[in-house]
Formats: sequence, C-alpha cells, structure tokens
Amino acid sequence: MFNAEVKEKVDEIVIRHNCNKKELINIIQEIQKLYRYLPEDVLKYIAFKLDISDAKIYGVATFYENFSLEPKGKYIIKICDGTACHVRKSIPILNAIRKELHLNDKKNTTDDFLFTVETVSCLGACGLAPVITINDQVYPKVTPQFVVELINDIKKEAI
Amino acid sequence: MLIKNYKDLISFADTFKNSLEKQSIKVLVCAGTGCLAGGSLAIYEKIKKLVKENGLLVDVDLLKEEKGIGVKKSGCHGFCEAGPLIRIEPFNYLYLHVKLEDCEDIVNHTLINGTPVERLMYKDNNKLYKTQEEIPFYQKQTRIVLGNCGNMDAENIQEYISKDGYKAAAIALTSMDSKEICKQISDSGLRGRGGGGYLAGKKWSQVLSQNNPTKYVVCNGDEGDPGAFMDRSIMEGDPHKIIEGMLIGGFSTKANTGYIYVRAEYPMAVERLRIAINQAREYGLLGENILGSGFDFDIHINQGAGAFVCGEGSALTASIEGERGMPRVKPPRTVEQGLFGCPTVLNNVETFANVPIIILNGVEEFKKYGTKNSSGTKAFALTGNVVNTGLIEVPMGTTLRDIIFDIGGGIPNGKSFKAVQIGGPSGGCLTFDESYLDLPLSFDSLKKVGAMIGSGGMVVMDEDTCMVEVARFFMSFTQRESCGKCIPCREGTKRMLEILEKIVAGNGTVDDLELLKDIADTVKNTALCGLGKTAANPVLSTLNLFHDEYLAHVVDKVCPAKVCKGLSTIYIDANLCKGCSKCARNCPVDAISGKVREPFVIDSKKCIKCGACIEVCSFRAILEV
Repeated sequence: MFNAEVKEKVDEIVIRHNCNKKELINIIQEIQKLYRYLPEDVLKYIAFKLDISDAKIYGVATFYENFSLEPKGKYIIKICDGTACHVRKSIPILNAIRKELHLNDKKNTTDDFLFTVETVSCLGACGLAPVITINDQVYPKVTPQFVVELINDIKKEAI
Repeated sequence: MLIKNYKDLISFADTFKNSLEKQSIKVLVCAGTGCLAGGSLAIYEKIKKLVKENGLLVDVDLLKEEKGIGVKKSGCHGFCEAGPLIRIEPFNYLYLHVKLEDCEDIVNHTLINGTPVERLMYKDNNKLYKTQEEIPFYQKQTRIVLGNCGNMDAENIQEYISKDGYKAAAIALTSMDSKEICKQISDSGLRGRGGGGYLAGKKWSQVLSQNNPTKYVVCNGDEGDPGAFMDRSIMEGDPHKIIEGMLIGGFSTKANTGYIYVRAEYPMAVERLRIAINQAREYGLLGENILGSGFDFDIHINQGAGAFVCGEGSALTASIEGERGMPRVKPPRTVEQGLFGCPTVLNNVETFANVPIIILNGVEEFKKYGTKNSSGTKAFALTGNVVNTGLIEVPMGTTLRDIIFDIGGGIPNGKSFKAVQIGGPSGGCLTFDESYLDLPLSFDSLKKVGAMIGSGGMVVMDEDTCMVEVARFFMSFTQRESCGKCIPCREGTKRMLEILEKIVAGNGTVDDLELLKDIADTVKNTALCGLGKTAANPVLSTLNLFHDEYLAHVVDKVCPAKVCKGLSTIYIDANLCKGCSKCARNCPVDAISGKVREPFVIDSKKCIKCGACIEVCSFRAILEV
C-alpha cells in the first residue's frame, strides 16, 4: 500500500469530487497530472472510495488514450501525425527523435525516465504542420534537425 | 456586477462601446494556439511594456474612463500560416510573422505616428496589402461565426457585450417563448455543423416536447478529426458566443444544466471557456433568474481523455457520466434519453455559435448565405499542401476551386494539385476533376460523391502524395480509435488495414482490391455508430477515384508518387560512386558490398530500404526510384 502522503492527496481529490462515481474521469485525470501515470494501488484505492469494482476502474483507465498505467518520462514529447502533419512529413521527425533517444515503437520511455515519445492523431495546430509538443509547449513547423537539437538542449538542462 | 434585465444589458453595452471608442488605437495580438506557439505571448507582453513606457496604455477594464491605446490578446485570426499575427485598429493593418525585434518599430511607427511598418505586411507579386480586409485570403471569405475571432479580446466579457453580446439571449429570454425560438432556429435551416447535418431546430423541438423535468444541453467540443481546428478556434477566440448559444438552447428546451465536452488536447480552449463561464456567472448571465426571466442555467466543463469515438453523441454522454466512451444502440435517441438518461440537446460548438446570430439578425439574414438546403456559412480548416493554411469561413455552396485556389492560394513549391480530403477519417477524397473542383460544397452535394462536410477539416494533397498510403493512414487511425464494441468496425477496420498495409508493402494482388471493397461495403452497412459506418469512406472514395493508382501498386508494383518504400528500389549510380565504402559500413543489414575505390552495389533482396546509405553518401551516388 502507498504512503500516508499519497493517501492524503488522493483523498483530497476524491472528496473534492464528492466521492461521486460520475466524476471518475475527472478524478483519474487529476491523479495522472500528479504522478504522470496511474499507479495500480492508487486506482484500487479510488475504486474502493467510489464503491466501484477494480474491473470497472481498470476498464475506464485503459479505454482512454491519455491514461497510462506505465510510468512516463518527465518530458512527454507528442509528435502530431494528424493528416496535415502526415502529408507535411511528420514520420521522419518521429524517426529522428526515436533514433536520438534509442526508442522504438515498443519502447517509448527512456530508461532514465526523462523522455516519453508518443504520436497523437491531431493537436489541432494543423496550420503549423508538422507540429510537436513537449509538455504542452507547442513547437511549430519542426524539422528533424531542430527536434534533435531541442532534445539535446533539454538533456543538458536536466543534468 | 450584475446585469439584472434587458435594459441593464443595453446600457452596459453602450457604456462599454463608449469606453472602447476611447481607445484610439487597438492592438490585437493573436493568442490562438498557432500564434502562441510562434511566441505571440512574449510579443504581447513586450508591446504592452513599450506602450506603458510611453505612457499610452489604457486599462482593459472598460468601466474606467481613460483614453489611450488598448493592447489585447485576441482569438485566432485564421491566417495561421503567417503567424504570429497582429491586427491594429482603426487602421486595420495586419502584421505577419512578427518577431520580438519588431515590437519597437510597431510602437514607434504605427502606435505613435500612425504609419505602417511595410516590411511586416502581406505581399504578393510585389503588391503590398496594407489592411487585413484587402488580403486575398480574407477578401473571399464571409466571416460571421468567426466575426469576433481575432477582432476582440477573447478573455473579456465587456468587449463581447459591447459587440451586442448576450443581446440575442436577452431577447430570447425576455420576449420569446420556447416554441418561438425552436421555430426560428428551424426556419433558419441551421444544420448541425459537427458532421451529421441534422436540423438543429428540429432536434430542439423534439427535446422541448419531452415531459421529463430534467433536461440537459451538451456542447460537443471533442473535435477529434485530424486536420480540423474550427471548434478549437471558436472556443479560444469567442467563448462567450458558445455560452450564449447554449443558454438560448437551454431556455428554449427547458433545460437548466449545460455541459461542454472539450478534448484533452485543447488546454487553451478549456482555460478560455473557464474564464468566460466565470465572467458570465459574475455578470448574472449564468446562474439563477437570468436577466429577470426566472430561468436558471449553468454550464460545466468536462475534459476528454483522448478517445476519438467520444465525438459520437452517445459515447460522449457516456464519457461525461464517467464510463468508457462507447456508443450505444439507437433508439432511444439522445433527444429522448441522452445524458444521465434524460432528454438532451447535443450540438457541436459551431452550431451553438450560430444560434445567437440567427436570433439577433433574423432568419432572412441568415438564409442570405448558403444554398437552399444548407443555409448559412461554414468554417473550414484549410491545411496540408496549400500556400495559405488557416481557418476560413465561407458561405455554404462555395466551390472547392474558390477555397483552394483563391483563398488558399494554390499549391506551394510549383507542385500540382492531386486531391483534397474532406471530413476527416469519416470523409472522402476528391480529385482534380472539373466536376469535383466546381462542386458547390453543401451537406447534400458532398454526400452524393462519397465524402462529407464532417466537422470541416480540409486537407489539400499535392502530386507527391500516394492515395493508397493516405487510405492506409486513415484506416490505421480508425482502427486504432475503434472502440471495439461492434464486430464490423472492430474486425473490419483491422482487416482493411492489413490489406492496405500489404498493398503499400508491395505484396498486394488484384483480388485484394475486390476483398477490400467487399469489407468496406459490409462495414459501411453494418457498423453500430456513425463513426463505424463512415470508417470505410476514405477507402471507398480512393478506390473509386484513384483506381489506377491501386492497380499500379498491385499489378505493376510501382508507387507512382514514390512514397511507398516497399515498392521502391535503391541503387548505386556506378558513375558517381567513388568506392569509399561508407554506405556499406552504415548498412544495418549488410546489403551493400564492393571493393574500395570501385563502385559498390546493393543487394536488393537484402535491402530493407531504410535509406541510411542515402543519408551518409557524400557523393549523392545512391538513388531511390
């Protein structure tokens, strides 16, 4: 079981939502914001608090793409592969990032948990294609060279 | 501050209008997502600082009587390609690609002396376009729903009220009854802007006729179609218009609670809506006894969590209820049993944004634009391989030619036009054929040719685009987003994707095309929800219009656009190769061999076409065909 500090935080969130099971998605969203993923024991605890089954909360948590049961990196890089970005060549950008971080389509978080690389279907910034975001900061009209430099800058900062 | 009745609202509007006029110059810095990404916030801060240093700033609070220059963050101006954008009134100058270094010039020349900074203005063929209205991108548009986007401070309710904001709601709540409003919306012919094109007024009347005491109004802001951002721009640029539309919708159907469901990828839209809702509550335009009418209404925001299928009505309401966002069998329809099992008005963002305009300007004015069965205007997100990407609004019935070539400025880099994809993963591809290019865009005309308006995403594709690959791309999207509830969609999209992947990899046969069409037709006819039923559209439309391209892939084993790696070969030009062996050392599968200082060769059986050798060759001796 997790520690008292975590329990206190989770309790606060659940109570703020009136322990209402209809608020489940909003509650998990806040948990994910806090930990960058959904720890299993926290999910079980929420299920207990809301009086729903573990299966139910697992079903909801795995249905939506934004929820993750795996820990994510400190910097989440989202590469837009929506139609507009796709026709303006977003895949070479994805490949360059993966190559730089030694990731692939199965492994998308670096071992040091600094970066997680994901593709998204559309960020709604199609006028600026191709687009990536790093922790919600939008970078317009990127090139493979630019993203590699960007990653290296972040790495340097993180040391 | 509380607005208690119709008279109050009008007098507030006058006060705000007067103090706005005292701002001799207004600087509207675009703070839509696109321009923010280009650094418009820093530009806004810098201009504000410079103006302040010159002692010219006026406060944003319109109740204070001060003269000076107003610096504002506005919503999306639409011309995203040229961002960050700044519009300066009353000159109507539009500055493009503004950088931090340009701020001093803008303040010193334009704000202090009123002279334009010409280097920041739009130029085409050596012609300078000083005002926003002259620029061809804007000239051919009819911006009504987007009228406020980019022309006012998106985070200020006072400015919205000064532009006749909430006047339509005040008229509706104080001098019309529910039936009258439903009739007016019906008469206007307003059809749902989210894709289906169902008559909004009819939907409202059906909800009104339900006896359930609890009813809901839900605004669908789950704009998941790749290549579409109209709703995002309205939510970010004119959030009060949506609130006003929902308020009118609630009053006319006797619903007291509203929900706006916004996709998780739109944090800025959520932020602006939240500010707007709080302001509306503060002014008494949401809450109890609104404008003295005795009607109560409030709005909540729900954020999506990344599921495309939640754009479908019953999936969306399930998601608000904290469930897995899966569609259900209809009937009962949403108007009978929607959110929490109660009658629900569910409309798209743009639909609600049209409502105040119809109430305020009347049916005749609204119907002046558009076609007989598709009245009004429609916002489109114009993107892809087109010169002017951005957000546009045109009357229904405008032709593709006008949009792509006049407003969009044609295809960049001297390439030729190949196709346009309309309506996202549910829509279809249209090609360069006179009959399609001159097709007036409306709900019905597009349906006839196998596409749909959808929410209004329009992605232009040039000659370098492979249509089979495009079909594969959309299918991989739909397959990934299929919720898995019904078998035709869950299995059908998977099998179609497999076949398309096989064709793209160069292993397809003519029989595969037959099978593909067969599955596509089956999914179309048997899937449970609207998304499943339309999932095959990109396949069917490309199979129909680009049949030759499919045949080239399966029979001749070539990709005419040279996109599909599986159908290309990489070879070394013996005349250019110096025999340095760099390529062989970089090949991950040891497919390249040769003697140093003699031309190397690639074993095409081993080659995986990764292109690593092309990248490292210093003599450009390695080519791909």
